[in-house]
Amino acid sequence: MTTTASNKVRLATAWFGGCAGCHMSLLDLDERLIDVVGLVDIVYSPVADIKVFPEGVDVTLVEGACCNDENVHLAHEVRERSKIVIAFGDCAVTGNVPSMRNRLDRDQMINSVYFEGPGKPPPTSVLGHFLPTLIPKVLPLHQVIPVDIFLPGCPPDPERIWAAIVALLKGEPVLLPEEMRSFG
Amino acid sequence: MSVVTLTINDKLVSAQAGQSLLSAIKDQGIDIPTLCCLEGLTDWGGCRLCMVEVVGSPRLVASCVTPVAEGMVIQTESQRLTAYRKMIVELLLSERNHICASCVMNGGCELQSVAAKLGVDHVRYDYLCPDLPMDASHERNVMDPNRCILCTRCVRVCDQVEGAHTLDVMGRGIQQRVIAGLNQAWGTSRSCTKCGKCVQVCPTGALFKKGATAAEMEKQHDFLIWILDGREKKIWRWS
Repeated sequence: MTTTASNKVRLATAWFGGCAGCHMSLLDLDERLIDVVGLVDIVYSPVADIKVFPEGVDVTLVEGACCNDENVHLAHEVRERSKIVIAFGDCAVTGNVPSMRNRLDRDQMINSVYFEGPGKPPPTSVLGHFLPTLIPKVLPLHQVIPVDIFLPGCPPDPERIWAAIVALLKGEPVLLPEEMRSFG
Repeated sequence: MSVVTLTINDKLVSAQAGQSLLSAIKDQGIDIPTLCCLEGLTDWGGCRLCMVEVVGSPRLVASCVTPVAEGMVIQTESQRLTAYRKMIVELLLSERNHICASCVMNGGCELQSVAAKLGVDHVRYDYLCPDLPMDASHERNVMDPNRCILCTRCVRVCDQVEGAHTLDVMGRGIQQRVIAGLNQAWGTSRSCTKCGKCVQVCPTGALFKKGATAAEMEKQHDFLIWILDGREKKIWRWS
């Protein structure tokens, strides 16, 4: 898994409908981040402020569920341009908390949030034009694109993230032990 | 008491006539996943996780409701069994809203543990996301049908141990629900003694004590054997 000129793994992370807790957990690798940065180039991430998802990515960690058309669009870009896609955390794996809206009517929910609440509602033209449109049902990542590895947890513990990273960097399959496989 | 001999995982063993296959398997120290089964309650065979392969039979049998028989040859582990057990757990997870992160039993849930044990790291089926309201009308407890796997442990303990039979099951298939009384708000049921046994035996967060927040609720299934031993055998375990 070494494709860049610098001989480093090209790593991307993406953030869909989630609380960023999985990214926080990634940062909780603490001093091990120094080892990671020595071995990977971070080519796309919400913490790196890169606007376009690049070509030729080795591994992409996707946090969050697919909640809107922008998430779906980026998911397809991620799949086309990444060798390995990891569903990173429970929202990506199961839909988790964002999917709790699935039992509600989408339009009624948008009305309740944007138009019936206190304060001045946004102009109706905002929704669906400048803001991404919510898809009818929040979906886990593997129901939108094929996923190679599932890393469950809310958020995944740094130890299980580290176990996955170490396996990937060694070119070994990611086989998490039982205690690292639980949801929640 | 007559004894039968059977073969479990290529090992010849003996068991008591009339004993359940699951009990004979456990006597051999073999671990087998279960959800609806709980020592002290009648066997029900609802979850089918304890199924085993019986040589000579094309179908898998639920070992908790299958009696041992002379000469029976069974396997408790195989790729086929693992595949079906995983499928069962995935179907349970997809049928309602098992969102562990917001559940009072996160970290202490039997469904969660079984899923991890079997290697269920995602669910291959569509989540059905039914609109099931919680019942918080009870003075002490809450019923959240979104977490319910219809194992009926609560129904059986209410009937067989407490003797109240407040809880029962209504409907069939995906419409099936645990109900209180004659499908009324739990808090209005006059037969409920508020003993809380149902809450303690529930394997998930479907029944929990009022006021418990995420990962706060601890359940003690062993209380059941403690009560039954005292009541039936006059053995009280005070420790």
